Amino acid sequence: MDTCIQKIREIAFQLLDKKEVERVIGFSNGTIPMATSPITIASKQDTEKLVFNSTCGLNLANYIRQQKGKIAVIAKGCDSRNIVTHIIENQVKRDQIYIIGVPCKGMINKSKIKALFEDDILKFDEDGDTLTVESSSKKETLSKKEYLRDNCRLCQHKNPVIYDILAGDPVKEQVLDVPYPDVEKIAALDADARWIHFQELTKNCIRCYACRNACPLCYCPTCFVDESGPQWVGKGQDKTDVNTFHFLRAFHCAGRCTDCGACVEACPMDINVRDFTRKLNKDAFDMFGWEAGLDQTKRPPLDAYSPDDPNDFIK
Amino acid sequence: MKFITIDKKNWAKGIEKSRETYRLFGPVKDKNGSFIRDLENDMLPDMSCHDSVLSVKSVLFPQTEKILFTTLDESKEDHHIMKRVPADTRQRAVVGIQPYDAKAIQLVNLNFDTDDYRDPYWCDAYEATTFVGVGINKPGPFDFSTSAGTGPFSETGLDVLMADLDNAYLAKVLTDKGGAFMVSCGFDTIADEKESRALFDILRKEAEKNISSQIDTGKLKDKTVLELHEAPFWDDIAFSCINCGTCTFVCPTCWCFDIQDEAKQKSAGRFRNWDTCMSPLFTKHATGHNPRDSKTQRVRQRFMHKLKYFLDKYDQGIMCVGCGRCVKSCPVNIDIREVCKIMNSYEKKE
Repeated sequence: MDTCIQKIREIAFQLLDKKEVERVIGFSNGTIPMATSPITIASKQDTEKLVFNSTCGLNLANYIRQQKGKIAVIAKGCDSRNIVTHIIENQVKRDQIYIIGVPCKGMINKSKIKALFEDDILKFDEDGDTLTVESSSKKETLSKKEYLRDNCRLCQHKNPVIYDILAGDPVKEQVLDVPYPDVEKIAALDADARWIHFQELTKNCIRCYACRNACPLCYCPTCFVDESGPQWVGKGQDKTDVNTFHFLRAFHCAGRCTDCGACVEACPMDINVRDFTRKLNKDAFDMFGWEAGLDQTKRPPLDAYSPDDPNDFIK
Repeated sequence: MKFITIDKKNWAKGIEKSRETYRLFGPVKDKNGSFIRDLENDMLPDMSCHDSVLSVKSVLFPQTEKILFTTLDESKEDHHIMKRVPADTRQRAVVGIQPYDAKAIQLVNLNFDTDDYRDPYWCDAYEATTFVGVGINKPGPFDFSTSAGTGPFSETGLDVLMADLDNAYLAKVLTDKGGAFMVSCGFDTIADEKESRALFDILRKEAEKNISSQIDTGKLKDKTVLELHEAPFWDDIAFSCINCGTCTFVCPTCWCFDIQDEAKQKSAGRFRNWDTCMSPLFTKHATGHNPRDSKTQRVRQRFMHKLKYFLDKYDQGIMCVGCGRCVKSCPVNIDIREVCKIMNSYEKKE
């Protein structure tokens, strides 16, 4: 597949060569199959280390805060929307970031692929839409379309919304009649079943906070779960405390979440963390026509006061 | 040394019988992976599972454990006096664990059971537990146990080591505790010792041969702590880290905990929860000062503890059994094998 990687490397090389940026943040190859790891590169010789493929599921906007000097970052559609959110929320300055935009063809659902195998995956290759995956017991040839992450499947902003240069031709955007089928499915359950759904969702949570820490929105200097004077939430495995963490974190992301899927990608327990955030994204869209991170000039709906607000209580 | 043959047809019945004496734990698969669970009712341990997301440490050292309790009701004479939650001394058996997880328990023991101090919660649970491991015939690509001082058929810390033969299990009874467990299951078909030994030997060698992943720790001991501590590579290793606690929570040898008091109406409890050196809160002082304020410092701490401080302090190898869980679960693919390589091969430039 044309993963734009040659172009990305060329751009990175030029930027470092001409000293237009001090560092480039991108992905490097992982040590295990289906893994890539965020990396920062300061020398043009190291640009060969950069890779880009459909395993780059984390969000690099999470790595650009509090950096010194001008930096370049590789951004998929969702990463770029989080960069916009960072700019709106004063986490980075636009002129401090050089955005190498990558039109995105979607990231793979690693858990779904792992689930096809009884044993560990030894080899993973991709070529266009074809994924070849091998364990010691079998080899599978898969169509990437069938193994996209859920958020990628429903993505309507594959192309970066903000960039300094594009590393590939824009891809066709899909327009979905039903953009939130998953939310509707959960909403259709009766209250008891919905409750059970969310109880099941957090059942295996170990509170490692990988979801929070992989999320570009979660940059509070002290997260509410880490506050100790006074303490807001118990720190143990009490069900109520575990749920409180997830529910409150989701609400804190309301109107800001770009559905990049980094939380799901990071979770070691395979929790579909997006089930908490998606309903709020839908509400933001239904009530305010709002999708996060599309426009640098607009503040998110829950962060803005408008005299035209349809609700009386706010006036 | 006693060897017992168990026909797989009798396995479920025997396990069921052992419940008269033991509370059982073991790996169970659910849609999100394999977990070591309390085997309630007629649940059986999944003997083919060699990749539980969390290790067996959670059976002795739960993520959250109420250790003390008291009443806040001042009309009671003993109000605000903390008392220990009665220890659960019922016999428990963990069945079907990876052999290196038992070795990990021994490493954690070095911390919780010392000449100076005996952690009652861990030690009581440890004494009540029988460890029944199953050898891993086909180690996966993440397994580097043989170069971490253990192996797919390691016996350290186990009471029984079983070998999975096609239609039967061959159990090597390693301790009296293990023998008692076998009796409670009614497994009593003695196998020929010489043949059994030879069979275990073949299986072990075959399994060890299949291990493709190795680490080299040979030079770590001779390096000084400061040399490694001040080495220039830590920022690069730490760059991708998001400072979640995944590596420490899935680690079978990470033992750090935090103490929390919680109160509800008139009753209060003191809990201990797993803690993680990856969190800034781990070292934050009451003054607000944090000696490990940066991500790099925290990442360095974890690897230095595993691969250097522990080695220096106990002289019992590294604080890692090579299970590969952290490698597999790390959201950003920080690989302890690579870090070990960097540390082990580091030579300070004069």
